[in-house]
Amino acid sequence: MMTRALRTTPLWILYAFLYIPIAVVVFMSFNASDSPYTWTGFSLQWYPALLQDADIMGGLRTTLIVAVGTTIISVILGTLLAFALERYFPSRFLDAAAAAPAVMPDIMLAVGLLAFYTLVGFTLGPVSVILAHSVFGIAFVAAVVRVRLSGLDPSLEEASRDLGASSLKTFWSVTLPGIRPAILAGALLAFTLSLDEFTVAYFTASPADPTLPIVIYSSVRFGVTPQVNALATLLLLVSFVAVLLAQRTARLSDSLRGRNT
Amino acid sequence: MTSRTSAGVRRHGDGPLLRALASVPALTYLVILMAIPLALVIAYAFLTAGRFGGVQGPVTLDNITRMFQPLYLEILVSSVVNAGIATAFAFLIGFPAALVITRLSPTWQTAALVAVVLPFWTNFLIRTYAWIVLLNREGFLSDGLELVGLGPVEFLYTRQAIILGLTYAYIPLMVLPIYASLQRLDPQLLEAAQNLGAGPWRRFRTVLLPLTLPGIITGCLFVFIPSLGNFVIPELLGGGNSQMIGNLIRDQFLKSRDWPFGSALSLMVLALLVIIVMLQASASRRTRKWGA
Repeated sequence: MMTRALRTTPLWILYAFLYIPIAVVVFMSFNASDSPYTWTGFSLQWYPALLQDADIMGGLRTTLIVAVGTTIISVILGTLLAFALERYFPSRFLDAAAAAPAVMPDIMLAVGLLAFYTLVGFTLGPVSVILAHSVFGIAFVAAVVRVRLSGLDPSLEEASRDLGASSLKTFWSVTLPGIRPAILAGALLAFTLSLDEFTVAYFTASPADPTLPIVIYSSVRFGVTPQVNALATLLLLVSFVAVLLAQRTARLSDSLRGRNT
Repeated sequence: MTSRTSAGVRRHGDGPLLRALASVPALTYLVILMAIPLALVIAYAFLTAGRFGGVQGPVTLDNITRMFQPLYLEILVSSVVNAGIATAFAFLIGFPAALVITRLSPTWQTAALVAVVLPFWTNFLIRTYAWIVLLNREGFLSDGLELVGLGPVEFLYTRQAIILGLTYAYIPLMVLPIYASLQRLDPQLLEAAQNLGAGPWRRFRTVLLPLTLPGIITGCLFVFIPSLGNFVIPELLGGGNSQMIGNLIRDQFLKSRDWPFGSALSLMVLALLVIIVMLQASASRRTRKWGA
């Protein structure tokens, strides 16, 4: 028993490192005190206070619009991309190009998109952020869907065609149901990704219409406030639930393993 | 994998029109919103800043040579050093943890991996912010030290805080690829080494390390690359006096409006990235040779 605990110590160290800071923020969000650092007693007051904060509510609205738009574009184009990569035009070059948004430093994409939008005279706002976030979103959806697609039994689709179904009919009633969990997981990931993304949004959003992470950034630069703790706790909760759901629907860890080999 | 893919190409009955219809939109999207923006950054690096922002001619190498002025060179070097140290710490914590995960039962492996990845999918600003709460002079760590008579200490706004923040932000990306390559390792190789009398350190150095090197290098890249371009962590945890390349790039684009110089700095990040990826490719080729 003792040796077993000892052998898993490195993993517990990692978990402590990962989760203690998060736990502290959650804990401090229930603090009654005005000071974000000293604990004076339990209170839920900072949660309703969020609703009164115009900046936060405005940021929330923008972020939700952006995240929903990103999810829609990412799911459609990402799924199509998965087909292109896995079945229609498999090539190492396309693989690398499709993985690039996920591994590239986000600041490169951020300044590139700012330069591009300025060059073509595209007005910055929620739409410019949606288009920017979808570059990542498409890559992640494609990565998750293609793993599922490669595991799909081709004889089912063959049988469908042999029985006289058209390509579209086969896709709609055989292929699509087969990859649906992966599409759902991809959608959840694209949504979370967009919800939490800061760097690219910072460069491509209109200053008049910031996303929630940009609002948090501006307020954190001027110091820690109890409201931010409460907001952080709620956002953590949303991300945790979305990722756990994605994991349940598509055994996400399998695709993560696949992607990083 | 390859055979299945080629079989898929032969077997699926979708005509060329359908294939094109399915593939063109996504690829067009990535060309317009990824390839063209990146090409713009590369092109702008060789242009001159316009008087009111934007870019103009003539074509010049001034932006490139300007990066090698001591002021900027110092920031470039310290960025690489910060990102490098953060990567090393992520490896030191991440490798043993990945090793532990591979020894769990399959169900627990999945759960353990999800627990590692989960924080990565949460808001990056919030995770950085959490360290302000912990490291501040009035924060938990300082209070703890004060209780035992060592405080108060200001951990925030130091270079160490930046490195800590970078390690924390990207460590899940170190664990995943290392886990993947450890899992493919044949455990008999380790047993054989043990039976032949190799101690733990020797087994690590001569079997584990070389055979999982591709995964280790991938993990290091996944931590190093985003660390290098990060500007939020240096700003929030390092305070105003510690800059990294990311801060410089941000300032050129959003404050001084010197886009060509900002582009040149981005190009530098890209160049470092390409060099490192090439090193990785050659290292994994070598490992494959050893493996065979």
